Amino acid sequence: MTRTVVPFGPQHPVLAEPIQLELTLEDEVVVDAIPGLGYVHRGIEAEAERRPYDEDLPLLERVCGICSVAHAVAYAQAVEVLAGVEIPRRARLLRTFWFELTRVHSHLLWLGLAGDAIGFEALFQSCWRVREDVLDLFTATAGNRVIIGVTALGGCRRDIPDTLQPTIRAGLDAVERGLAGIAPFVLGSEAVARRLAGVGVIPRNVALDLGLVGPTARASGVAMDVRRSGYAAHDELPVEPVVETGGDALARTVVRWREIGESMRLCREALDRLHRLPGPLATRVPPVLHGEAISRVEAPRGELFYYVLADGEPHPTRVRVRTPTFANLAAVLSMLPGTQMANVPVALLSIDPCLSCTER
Amino acid sequence: MRGPRALWQAWVRRSRTKSPWIVHFDCGGCNGCDIEILDTLMPRFSAERFGVINVGDPRQGDILLVTGPANLRNAAVLRSVYDQMAEPKAVVAVGSCAAHGGVFRGAPNILGGVGELVPVDVFVPGCPPTPERILEGVIAALPLLAEPRTARQATGGPSPMSIVMLEPREEEVVRVPAS
Repeated sequence: MTRTVVPFGPQHPVLAEPIQLELTLEDEVVVDAIPGLGYVHRGIEAEAERRPYDEDLPLLERVCGICSVAHAVAYAQAVEVLAGVEIPRRARLLRTFWFELTRVHSHLLWLGLAGDAIGFEALFQSCWRVREDVLDLFTATAGNRVIIGVTALGGCRRDIPDTLQPTIRAGLDAVERGLAGIAPFVLGSEAVARRLAGVGVIPRNVALDLGLVGPTARASGVAMDVRRSGYAAHDELPVEPVVETGGDALARTVVRWREIGESMRLCREALDRLHRLPGPLATRVPPVLHGEAISRVEAPRGELFYYVLADGEPHPTRVRVRTPTFANLAAVLSMLPGTQMANVPVALLSIDPCLSCTER
Repeated sequence: MRGPRALWQAWVRRSRTKSPWIVHFDCGGCNGCDIEILDTLMPRFSAERFGVINVGDPRQGDILLVTGPANLRNAAVLRSVYDQMAEPKAVVAVGSCAAHGGVFRGAPNILGGVGELVPVDVFVPGCPPTPERILEGVIAALPLLAEPRTARQATGGPSPMSIVMLEPREEEVVRVPAS
């Protein structure tokens, strides 16, 4: 049978980000996929080694504009371990609040893009309309819509005063009303279920072998969630991993959808505990550090890992970032062979790829 | 001069500046600007009510929205997307990175702003810019679509030499109710 090679990307309407996949097809079926990466590489890790610790924070927040809070918190945690400081309880709760709100916006963004990929334009628009209410909350609490810059080394840079709490609760209510409005289109929709079921299946053992992380792993029945390690305020706000066993794109959608509700609950609980909680926002972190430290957080796409090496200079000697999409890209390459060409965008999107994280 | 030819030309100019189709290219940014561009097309800001449609094919596009700093790997791709677009076309650089490299300026793989690779007509400031500002940038680029770039240069009309820079506005203020 003749084989056709189809280039997918680097500029492709389904993904906002440039990735290239060289797909070898037999008729309509993919037999081989070779990824071409590096289009978003900026050399952030190398640049982080040249800047002081505190100036690295805005740089690393811009590793990814969607989960910038995750990167900031992960880096700040590593530096705090190096400095041997304990951050105040208020800062821990604030971090959890913004982190979980980021998860809500990221999952809604993904759900919209997935709707676009399966040709369900109304779902795309509805999800992004609800997401606007989440961005309003970011604007109200941090002043910016996307990259909010609330994390500081040793704590938080911004506070949520008690006087702002009614506004935020009203905002959360608005988000929940919006979510209730689109729920019938997500879980109750036969169109979504039939389009996504059986696409890009990853069985549990393959997920374990490939070392998948985050919602992709949880949709294959692997109950792992770094939030259970108790970083930020998760020691007092425990999380139960949302697990599905289907392993296909539908299961991943269900996992992310249920996680949105879980994150909304965590946001509210963090707010409850912040009410009338006295205390400072940040602990001082010395400008010169020694030693090495790792830090793990559960970013919206999965486990995000930071390694920071300090040699007593004002800037880190090495900053290493392992992003969730790096782990999950292996899943795409394993699920593509045997997939119909028309399902490639759905399979690729189902892991929620973030290339600017992966390539840095 | 009034006549069928002038009428025809007026009609062509009107058609060219109405309903601009945009091509979005991420030149290595952090996604912040890219999701704000998508937001511009979504219900709240709804650029589509002005006929702004995001198309995937560069050959159908009128305005190239570029985000992110130019880097070595992307240079040829950006140039190719730009070359595939038919005249008249305009380039809008969205965000600080696209203007001058932004926070990544000086990083090993970064060439600088996208102006190093393609002629930019409008710079939209911000990290990331709000959807309103992106829409403003697209509107600022509309007059450039009336004539092809070569004609613009020949007649002394708006050319790459008259770059539009959106002025920074007063920041959105966080209002905290008094206790």
